[in-house]
Amino acid sequence: MAQPKLSLRGVCKRFGRKVVLDGLDLDIMAGESVVIIGGSGTGKSVMLKCVLGLLQPDAGDIFVDGEEITRLKGHEREKMLRRFGMLFQGGALFDSIRVWRNVAFGLISAQGMKRKDARRHADEILAKVGLGPEVGDLSPAELSGGMRKRVALARAIATNPEILFFDEPTTGLDPIMADVINELIVERVRDLGATALTITHDMASARKVADRIGMLYGGKIIWIGPAADIERSGNPYVDQFIHGRAEGPISMDVQRL
Amino acid sequence: MTTIPNPAANIGRATLGFLADVGRLAVFLARSVGAIFSPPFYFGNQLRQMLSVGYYSLPVVGLTALFTGAVLAQQIYIGTGRFDAESTVPTIVVFGITRELGPVIASLMVAGRVSAAMAAELGTMRVTEQIDALTTLATNPFRYLIAPRILAATLMMPLLVLISDIIGVMGGWLLSTTVLNYNSIGYLQRSLDFMETWDVVSGLIKAGIFGFILSLMGCYQGFNSSGGAQGVGRATTNAVVSASILILAANYAVTSIVFTD
Ligand SMILES: Nc1ncnc2c1ncn2[C@@H]1O[C@H](COP(=O)(O)OP(=O)(O)OP(=O)(O)O)[C@@H](O)[C@H]1O
Ligand SMILES: [Mg+2]
Repeated sequence: MAQPKLSLRGVCKRFGRKVVLDGLDLDIMAGESVVIIGGSGTGKSVMLKCVLGLLQPDAGDIFVDGEEITRLKGHEREKMLRRFGMLFQGGALFDSIRVWRNVAFGLISAQGMKRKDARRHADEILAKVGLGPEVGDLSPAELSGGMRKRVALARAIATNPEILFFDEPTTGLDPIMADVINELIVERVRDLGATALTITHDMASARKVADRIGMLYGGKIIWIGPAADIERSGNPYVDQFIHGRAEGPISMDVQRL
Repeated sequence: MTTIPNPAANIGRATLGFLADVGRLAVFLARSVGAIFSPPFYFGNQLRQMLSVGYYSLPVVGLTALFTGAVLAQQIYIGTGRFDAESTVPTIVVFGITRELGPVIASLMVAGRVSAAMAAELGTMRVTEQIDALTTLATNPFRYLIAPRILAATLMMPLLVLISDIIGVMGGWLLSTTVLNYNSIGYLQRSLDFMETWDVVSGLIKAGIFGFILSLMGCYQGFNSSGGAQGVGRATTNAVVSASILILAANYAVTSIVFTD
């Protein structure tokens, strides 16, 4: 079998007494688009942050092209991070600089692109997410929620990274714009050969962008398989989740009145 | 049943917590200083911070210096009047302003402005994941955010204090010549006659140290804040309080150990 692009092996992460990731294994092949679904608070965002080194896993190994990355430091880590693009769930736009500088941030600071070229580049990418060049001159505080998300997406893909992480890329967008974003993710993977890991609650989006869909529950990937098989996974947790039923093996900790 | 807290355990816990804090601060300090001296340097950020610390603090620092100088002259006039030494007012005003009140009061005012702003800004960046985003864009937050702020404060404080010294002395002069009937030229002459370069220079060195402290505390508290808007508020308060206390403590230490002449 070929070497996976990204591989998580027995990753554990806890906060205080709360165990979030409990020996998580996941392999993603080069050029593949994997979607992870899972309930709110099950640790999907934490998983991405562990890969990026924003959180230090308590145990386990993470490999990119076979190289262990959790113990990289300094310049080595920066070099590795240049291969990633990340869309944060909350956008995480830099609100002290204008939108186009946000989008071009990686181009200017990491690739040393000239300001004028970077601006042109930023406008092109903004156009891809359905935003005109005039948006580039706004400050992030002046954007709507959906616009913020699209700018954040533009920033994540601006440097054409090999590995893309999208944390809920379509949440808060109208259905049409959501589909534009789905198309964009598919295009990145199919045409540019990127490897994508997307987190979403939106099953329509999952079906559209995923080669494989996996479900995170109890700190592990409890099921993963081809997107087409999700309906007949034979896994009661997956069934309950994709059909959005309150009754089932997953118990939501809500007080019944 | 309510349990009575064991005081020894509390002291132990507080001590351990304090030591952990000191350790964290030491690591933060080392990384910040390392970032100041290693490229890449972000000149745009550097300039913006120097403007924000230096230029925009001028009104606050200038006004406090003016009032401080005036009230100092008034009090010294009363004090020296008790043994007929009113002629020493200009000399003592210059001495007090340049060596102590100029650097200390200006730094405390700037701590209120700049430490708070740094803590609030970096704290917001932390809780909205902007610092994480910076890291994933392969940009070291210590170089991009922390180094320009600490360098700006350390370089601009001496400049601010120099201006504040001048305004403070002029405040004393203004009060003495208008309210206390001193001769204008004579007052200025006496101010300069007994002034030594070291009075001013030692104050400016102090100012640099205080600038370093107040920006370090603002950055440290903001960078390590957590827990939403409340956390940012807490970071801001902690920044100003810890900066102020450390400035006064450092002032005592530096004055009594280094600047004894
Ligand atoms: N920095 C942190 N400190 C403490 N606990 C944390 C931290 N980050 C995440 N957690 C906890 O880890 C758990 C998983 O969080 P995470 O953000 O990964 O959830 P998620 O699966 O992304 O949920 P959602 O779909 O709502 O975004 C949560 O219970 C959260 O409280
Ligand atoms: Mg999340």
